[in-house]
Amino acid sequence: MAIELKMPALSPTMEEGTLAKWLVKEGDSVKSGDILAEIETDKATMEFEAVDEGVISSITVAEGTDGVKVGTVIALILSEDEEQAPSAAPKVNAKADPAPATQPDETPAAVAPKPDPIVSNGNMQSVTLREALRDAMAEEMRRDDRVFVMGEEVAEYQGAYKVTQGLLDEFGARRVIDTPITEYGFAGIGTGAAMGGLRPIIEFMTFNFAMQAIDHIINSAAKTNYMSGGQMRCPIVFRGPNGAAARVGAQHSQNYVPWYASVPGLIVIAPYDAADAKGLLKAAIRCEDPVVFLENELLYGRTYEVPAGNDHIVPIGKARIMREGTDVTIVSYSIGVGLSLEAAAKLAEEGISAEVIDLRTIRPLDKATVLASLAKTNRLVVAEEGWPVCSVGSEILAICMEEGFDDLDAPVLRITNEDVPMPYAANLEKEALINVDKIVAGVRKTVGA
Amino acid sequence: MATTPVKKTSSKKASVSEDAARANRERPNEPKPYKARKEELLKFYRDMLLIRRFEEKAGQLYGLGLIGGFCHLYIGQEAVAIGLQSALTPGKDSVITGYRDHGHMLAYGIDPNIIMAELTGRAAGISKGKGGSMHMFSTAHKFYGGHGIVGAQVSLGAGLAFGHKYTNDGGVCLAYFGDGASNQGQVYESFNMAELWKLPIIFVIENNQYAMGTSVNRASSEDQLYRRGESFRIPGIQVDGMDVLAVRGAAEVALDWVRSGKGPVLLEMKTYRYRGHSMSDPAKYRSRDEVQSVRDNSDPIEGCKAYLTEMGVGEDALKVIEKEIRTIVNEAADFAETSPEPNLSELYTDVLVEQY
Repeated sequence: MAIELKMPALSPTMEEGTLAKWLVKEGDSVKSGDILAEIETDKATMEFEAVDEGVISSITVAEGTDGVKVGTVIALILSEDEEQAPSAAPKVNAKADPAPATQPDETPAAVAPKPDPIVSNGNMQSVTLREALRDAMAEEMRRDDRVFVMGEEVAEYQGAYKVTQGLLDEFGARRVIDTPITEYGFAGIGTGAAMGGLRPIIEFMTFNFAMQAIDHIINSAAKTNYMSGGQMRCPIVFRGPNGAAARVGAQHSQNYVPWYASVPGLIVIAPYDAADAKGLLKAAIRCEDPVVFLENELLYGRTYEVPAGNDHIVPIGKARIMREGTDVTIVSYSIGVGLSLEAAAKLAEEGISAEVIDLRTIRPLDKATVLASLAKTNRLVVAEEGWPVCSVGSEILAICMEEGFDDLDAPVLRITNEDVPMPYAANLEKEALINVDKIVAGVRKTVGA
Repeated sequence: MATTPVKKTSSKKASVSEDAARANRERPNEPKPYKARKEELLKFYRDMLLIRRFEEKAGQLYGLGLIGGFCHLYIGQEAVAIGLQSALTPGKDSVITGYRDHGHMLAYGIDPNIIMAELTGRAAGISKGKGGSMHMFSTAHKFYGGHGIVGAQVSLGAGLAFGHKYTNDGGVCLAYFGDGASNQGQVYESFNMAELWKLPIIFVIENNQYAMGTSVNRASSEDQLYRRGESFRIPGIQVDGMDVLAVRGAAEVALDWVRSGKGPVLLEMKTYRYRGHSMSDPAKYRSRDEVQSVRDNSDPIEGCKAYLTEMGVGEDALKVIEKEIRTIVNEAADFAETSPEPNLSELYTDVLVEQY
């Protein structure tokens, strides 16, 4: 029996990768520990080692092939004493596998969101959200010497999630600074540097680790301008991935947006697509106020259209209507927006016209856009990848009650993750997370369908 | 967490010769008492007396209900702020401290009227009445607060020092904290990075012997706090914080070290606060005799007076200073009592800088 070598998952969120290079050829003998191939994920190039002994009988995925899904058979090994059998798996060459892995909340082609007016201007280019964030930082660093990036693995390692890739080469170690693992300390150093007149971008490897530093974000950064009677500013950006990734358990899967959004003195941004991520990060870096900028790891590798050029700025504090509708409003932010768009597409097939709003900035919240949509549709749900209790959904619900009561034809619903710490088991995790079907079901309930 | 590559680690133990090298590592010179000219010493005396009388007045106003909340007095510790900050350049070197901050502001020449008006919560206060005793700032003087969370100012100060180095402005940050704060974790996170990056910062532990009601011995496994930076290779110096000339002498050595790019220095100032931790602290954790003994034997202002007497300065000259200080402090109190409270419209200003 030939042993199947399968495309390995090299990170918790990897769904596909590039088979960059084969280091063995058909007929070679290999033993456990030999390096067989180099595989590129969206974050790094990793070496793939043999764990069995035998002869490479067949290489089924050619080197240079992009988009090889995790689990695809890439080679077969026969043990030395087995007879060479004809290869069973079909060969795949570099050009023959253009289909990328389907991503569950990618906007389907059928959806025609109302484009953001800024986004629609000028030439567009396809970039990943990861690259868009990097470009935003690089452009602002070129523009203003006071801007620097500090965090764990941001420089020589090129970013734990490769968001800071290339910055060290261009800007050098003075402005792209690796820290020890010391969140409280470097959050304080960044905040102090901002008080002293610099423009720090502090990267947290994830916002879960920022819990160690939350004192400086809230007590030092957010309150300083007020406590000093407007004398001492703190123009800093705290950024990094936030929310559930994949199979990383309770301590690494949490949405901190509601935590920070409750604090006066902070700007809180949680973008969905790359154009908004880039435009809002640039606005955040130029902003005189402290900004908490919460990204989503699952979105980093996705490709979106982004306006070309250095002048794409998205205003802070403005929501974006992603899709127009008449029957119900779905309010969301971050990864929930993609799920909401997919839900809206499904609902359209049932004859329900859903409007999807991406809040983009959570504090200050664009109440006017939410209330105007409610006045049009008279029904509203909030879709949020996070816990339900004291959530952004709770806040939207309160706003609708206080300021949009007369427009409401049904109670506002929160569609969220389950109210539990994130479980590890795949089936439990799936059950705990918000998904398209849950949003569809919530909307149906709201419209009485 | 993403998959990380295997790290190369070294399990090599420090050899005897490495230990010797460590012991032989370059250190700052042993500080000598500062040789002050008569005019300088008179200014030290005047500035310490201003802090003493200002704080006594603040204590009175607190008793009258004019100052609310927490109010932490600096009485007894005056030589630390004056000895150190007299060696700095306001507007170039930055200073940051915790909540016991009135003395450091006065030492940097900030107007007593607007400090006292902040204590009484008035619109004319340095933070427009929105900060209070613990939260005062003067960016013009490069005085960066005034921080109410114990130990936060140490990381923030390292950030200010990072800024001095980043902009190459020649400035040094002086970051004060107490013996209590010296047990906070972020202090050591900051020590590590400050030495790693050779930041221009002087860490100053004002060891007034009590973290609120807990004595150093009850809270610190290493109670010789000047040693607290040694494992980060930050040289530490213990200083008599009750003697303004000893403090100033240590400041000179520390500034030489830091300004020459050798990285941070840690100064432990052995000092004492005469009053409770805050105005609401009855200070039952120590005896009256202990406090009185310090007052009698090592009061920083009396000590300075003795130096002046040796220099031939007579009682009359000191009385003139005393009178001038009383006038300044009384005026500050009057100003703070009679200034109007903030307009209610100020409630929602300064939350954010920009409009969105």
